[in-house]
Amino acid sequence: MSEIIKVGMADLKTCVSPNGITTLGLGSCVGIAIRDPVNKIGGLAHVMLPDSNAIKSSQMNIAKFADTGIAELVKQMERLGAKRERMVAKIAGGANMFNFHGTSSFGQVGDRNVEATKAKLSQLKIPILAEDTGKNFGRTVIFYPETGDYIIRAVGKPEYKI
Amino acid sequence: MSEMSLEQVTENYYDVLKELGNIGAGNAMTALSQMLQCKVDMKVPQVRLLEFSEVGDMMGGEEQIMVGVFLGVDGDITGSMMFMVEEESARHLIQKITMGMLPPGSEFEEMGLSAMKEIGNIITGAYLNSLSTLTNLKIIPTPPALTVDMAGAILSVPAIQFGIFGDNILLIQSQFYDEIELDGYFILIPDLESYSKILGALGIPLI
Repeated sequence: MSEIIKVGMADLKTCVSPNGITTLGLGSCVGIAIRDPVNKIGGLAHVMLPDSNAIKSSQMNIAKFADTGIAELVKQMERLGAKRERMVAKIAGGANMFNFHGTSSFGQVGDRNVEATKAKLSQLKIPILAEDTGKNFGRTVIFYPETGDYIIRAVGKPEYKI
Repeated sequence: MSEMSLEQVTENYYDVLKELGNIGAGNAMTALSQMLQCKVDMKVPQVRLLEFSEVGDMMGGEEQIMVGVFLGVDGDITGSMMFMVEEESARHLIQKITMGMLPPGSEFEEMGLSAMKEIGNIITGAYLNSLSTLTNLKIIPTPPALTVDMAGAILSVPAIQFGIFGDNILLIQSQFYDEIELDGYFILIPDLESYSKILGALGIPLI
């Protein structure tokens, strides 16, 4: 009996085949799905901000930031037996929800989240097999470590997968 | 200026927002009544400090389709404000204000969305006016932006701003009644420097 594990905002979880894992309503946040295609161990992180170092605060919500969230997800997957050298990723989100123009920081946060996500995955040498990022709409995603399918649902569009 | 965490700020700010919530909602409902040319009743607004994980549930789920109107705030305080209303409520408001000129189902086309932006503008304007009156600070809204999308996706915008300082979001929930019950959600997102200005203007000491 497979189930779908739910990940919230600023949250991350691991997921093992045959289960799927989902996060709902990604706006400017980014959903990073990672798996080891050999033993089908996977996980999903829903990150909100690019860089934990930029923020002077004592709070420790690791999953909130791209850099610490991705690192933690990878660590948790490794503890379950996933091998970093084999890991591959797919990413979605980072939208500019209100079509902010010009130099408004609100309009840039989605892009900056995507950039930080790519930078971290690159640093960890985890290739990105597919991405559906940017634009101006929200996305719900479902990831299946068994197949690597990353399914995307958006308002007013038929479901698609990357 | 000493650095403040959201925890410090929100203890005082929570009370402030309750006060603002009451006065602002009253103003907003008066404005809405005038716009819709009918009496609009409302319940006492609820101010809530929610964790990110809770907000989606409160609005009927992260995938609930909502209309979000976003505007920036300038002047003596800076930041932004957002007003959200459920899809069905938005369609109802749009139909009301366009006086049945739009065929049912077409509310989210150009004319209807333009009307909705105006509604959002007026409602948030009424809130900001109360803030301005109470604090004696100059508060100028910028032109509104609108989107129709999933609650979670729309909320990511203010959540990310609040996320810089903490793991909670401050929300004012206003229920108002026309022929049907409408739930409106207001989120005020001042920049950090502005929190202390607002508290200072209201004579509320920082901890």
